[in-house]
Order: sequence, then structure tokens, then C-alpha cells
Amino acid sequence: MVRHKIVLHFPHEQVDKPIVSRLVRDFGLDFNILKASITPREEGLLVLEIIGKEKDYERGMAYIESCGVSIQPLSQDIRRNDAKCTHCGACIAVCPTDALRVDRDKMEVAFNDEECVACELCIKVCPPRAMEIHY
Amino acid sequence: MGKTIEEINERIKRGEAVVVTAEEVMDLVRKEGVEETARKVDVITTGTFGPMCSSGAFVNVGHAQPRMRISRAWLNDVPVFCGIAAVDVYIGATEMAEHDPLNEVFPGEFRYGGGHVIEDLVAGKTLRLRAESYGTDCYPNRHWEKDVTLAEIKEAWLFNPRNAYQNYNVAVNLSDRVIYTYMGVLRPELGNANYCSAGQLSPLLNDPLLRTIGIGTRIFLGGGTGYVAWHGTQHNTRVPRDGEGAPTRPAGTLSVIGDLRGMNPRYLTGYSILGYGASLAVGIGVPIPVLDEDVVRAAAVRDEDLKAPVVDYSVDYPQGTGRVLAEVTYAELKSGSIRLEGKDVPTASLSSYSRAREIASTLKEWISRRDFLLTRPVELLPCADREEGVE
Ligand code: SF4
Ligand code: SF4
Repeated sequence: MVRHKIVLHFPHEQVDKPIVSRLVRDFGLDFNILKASITPREEGLLVLEIIGKEKDYERGMAYIESCGVSIQPLSQDIRRNDAKCTHCGACIAVCPTDALRVDRDKMEVAFNDEECVACELCIKVCPPRAMEIHY
Repeated sequence: MGKTIEEINERIKRGEAVVVTAEEVMDLVRKEGVEETARKVDVITTGTFGPMCSSGAFVNVGHAQPRMRISRAWLNDVPVFCGIAAVDVYIGATEMAEHDPLNEVFPGEFRYGGGHVIEDLVAGKTLRLRAESYGTDCYPNRHWEKDVTLAEIKEAWLFNPRNAYQNYNVAVNLSDRVIYTYMGVLRPELGNANYCSAGQLSPLLNDPLLRTIGIGTRIFLGGGTGYVAWHGTQHNTRVPRDGEGAPTRPAGTLSVIGDLRGMNPRYLTGYSILGYGASLAVGIGVPIPVLDEDVVRAAAVRDEDLKAPVVDYSVDYPQGTGRVLAEVTYAELKSGSIRLEGKDVPTASLSSYSRAREIASTLKEWISRRDFLLTRPVELLPCADREEGVE
């Protein structure tokens, strides 16, 4: 048995299709949905924990990729360079989770990496480039 | 009852001046009233920090040997304007580094432009100057390259033609695709609303009829000191107004100038705006002398009372139709969500309110410490509604 945490990026036209449910039916895999959202580009974003046999996992992932869904391991580390952040708030408009939110008293933008699904949408949107990817 | 700038300066010099920020004055007026506040307080400090594209710096890079009349030049590969005397150049905040792919791969990242050059210069970094000329009898040199730093450059002044907009649009997107604008990423079908003003802390919203701000007003600029040079480009004072005179549309603007030496990259930050271009975030703080009760009344304005126009950036802004979809208050904008066409639309800002606060408090501290005296403007900025007495 293996457990993998992954981020799936669904293109616009695949959002409504029952791709993930076939992982259970056709590949005998189990999954937990950790997070799901639609990004500003109208792509679907799904963070899953997948449990099953390594062989089934590999076949399941090959199937998902064949549907045009891209898979990214949830191991990338998104960090904020606090010295660079100007607390402008531009990232708030794109972050699909609560990882970036405004503290309304201080009017500062707080980054909570536990909520971050590493979708990377904030990286290029941040004007002073304070959000960084660490591999 | 009235105070003059000279009297206020005397009190600053004696360490007796009472200085409050534009946030503090709201509470003071609520507790003690306008009259008492006007008697007590000498100066109200304001602040704003946001991308201000119409910014740049004049730099004199010093002479080469043999001499050169620079006709084309680059700082860290960003072209600078050379259509002035021999070794004077102007770094424009939105100029992009040569060979930047711009929007060829859409949306472009615009990683390094004039705003970043200015930030690096102020941060004390070494920049690469590359210059070319056609050569003249008096200026024979044709190619020149050298490292430059702010410390070695002869003169370097920030000189921004249009900053500190008095109020600004709230940008939304009515189309069915994502758009990338100078107001940030706008998601389709009213997916989000982006605004860009400090509202109740913003300099010109606290002196809506420009009764105290004029040519020569000393200000906090980019972490150092600067001056109001003129009214900014697109300065427009014939606009709808509310309450104590605050415009409900983008209105007045400032042209500002100041020595880059003494400024700080914390308040002069290069911005890369996805799909749009490079810019410079500028920190500005203007002290407002409490000349009379009207000054206090206007500066006590709150986010609840300040309205901004909501504009569609998919069609109306680019086509210049002038259509305004709605008016919302800064209090609503700062709550994180506004109601538009029956929909809750999440808001985000491009102007940093926390940094605007920091600027207003820093300026307050400078004045309280006697490090900053007020200046009497040589002339007030034009304002049709003040001049014609429409209040
Ligand atoms: S990568 Fe950025 S936008 Fe995506 S979830 Fe994390 S913080 Fe939010
Ligand atoms: S966009 Fe960047 S600078 Fe602005 S609040 Fe977010 S992380 Fe900070």
C-alpha cells in the first residue's frame, strides 16, 4: 500500500467529467479530497490523497494524464519572503484557498502555508515577487 | 480662530506641536468635536503606498573621458531616456529591459523594468551603464560602459509626473474570460474587484479642495523627503463631490520631486504586474497643517463616507466609454467583499493600507522629533471647486 498527496489541474473542458471516480471503479484506488476549487482561469484544482497498490497508482495516474489532467506532487514548498511583501493584497484575488488572507485589523496579508495547495497562482501575480517556490 | 504655518512651525521647533495621523483625527473629532480638535491639533499626517506608473528619476551619470553626448543608454539593460543634455538621463518606471518577451507569452511576467532599476539604485546596488553616441567634435566618445552606484552618481532625483491620485476606480471584469490589467488579475463575470487607494488615509482625500497642499509643500517621499512640484498630469478637479468635498471619481494628482539619496527601497519598490508591465510602488505622506476647523472637518473623513466608482475593465475602461457601474465605499471595499448586481464580489487591494499607516506614523514621528518642518506652498494647486467657492 502506498499513500501519495497530489495536486490535479483540470483543464476547463474536463472539470465536469467524472475522471476521479474512475480511480476507484477501474483501478481499485481509494482517495481523500483534501481541497477542491476552481481557479481564476476556470481550471479545476483538486488536492487528493491517494491510497492503494503502487502498480494501481501508476496505472491510475497514467489514465488521469491521458485525460489531459496534469499531476503535480504536493511536495513543492511555497514560501513568502516576508521582507519583500508590501501587503498590497494583489494575491488575495487569485489564491483559491485561505492560505493568503487579509488580517482586517492590521490590514496586512497573512500567509498560512498549511492551507496552501501549491497551485502557484500567486507567484507571478505578486507585484514585488515575494511569493517563492522552493524545490 | 486660525493658525498660520509659521505658528505651527514655531510649535514644532519648541517640541510642542500636536501631531496626529488621519486615522487618529477621526477618533479625536468623534470624541471631542471639530472645534476642540482644531484648537488642539497642529498637523494631520496622511500616507499612501501603491503602484504609481507615472514615476521616474533624473540621473546625471557624470562625464566620460573623453566626453560623450549620450544618445542611447541602458541601466541594467533597461533603456533610459537620453533626449536631454550630454550625461543627463531619465529612468522611466514602466520601461522594460531590452529583449523582455513582454506579452509575447501571455500573460507576460515583466520581471525587470525601470521601477526595479530605481529600487536597485536606492538600495545601493551596483548597476551596469551602457551608453552609445554618434560622436561630435565636442563630445567624441561613442561607446561607454561602466558600473554605477547611487553613491558615485552626481545627481539623482525622483521626479514623478503623476502620483497620489485623489480617489481611484474599482476595477471589475464583466466579460467571460480572465483579464490582466494594471489593476491586477480580474476574473470573469465579476469574479473579483480590485481597488487602489488608501481611502481615509490618502493624502488628497484628506484635503479634498486642496486648501493646504501646493507647490513647494514638503512631503514624505519614498522614505526620504521631497516636495510637491506641481499638480500632476490628468489633474482634474471638476468632479462630483460628496459630504465635505471628497471627490467620488479619480480627481486631483500630484507631481512630486525629491533626492533619491535618503530614500528607502521599502517605500520605493519595483513592481511586476502580470500581463501588464513594470511599475514602481511609491510611498507618499503629506502633512496637513490645521489652519482652521474646515481643515479638520475634511480630514476627519472616514472610509464609510468615501465612495469610489466601479468600472468594467473588459470593455468600458479600454474603450473609454466613461460608464460607471456603481459606487461603493472604502469601508465596503476594505471589508473584503462588495455587493454588485446581486452578487457578493471579493475585493483585493493594490495599495497597501498597512504601509500607508506606517508612512503616516513615520511622518508624525519626524515632525514630533523636530526633524521635519512644514513649508508654506508658493502657490496652491488648481482646484476649480475651491476657486469658485463651490463647497
Ligand atoms: S500557491 Fe499561492 S495561490 Fe496557490 S494556494 Fe498557495 S498561497 Fe494560495
Ligand atoms: S501580492 Fe505579494 S506583496 Fe502583495 S500581499 Fe500578496 S504576497 Fe504580499
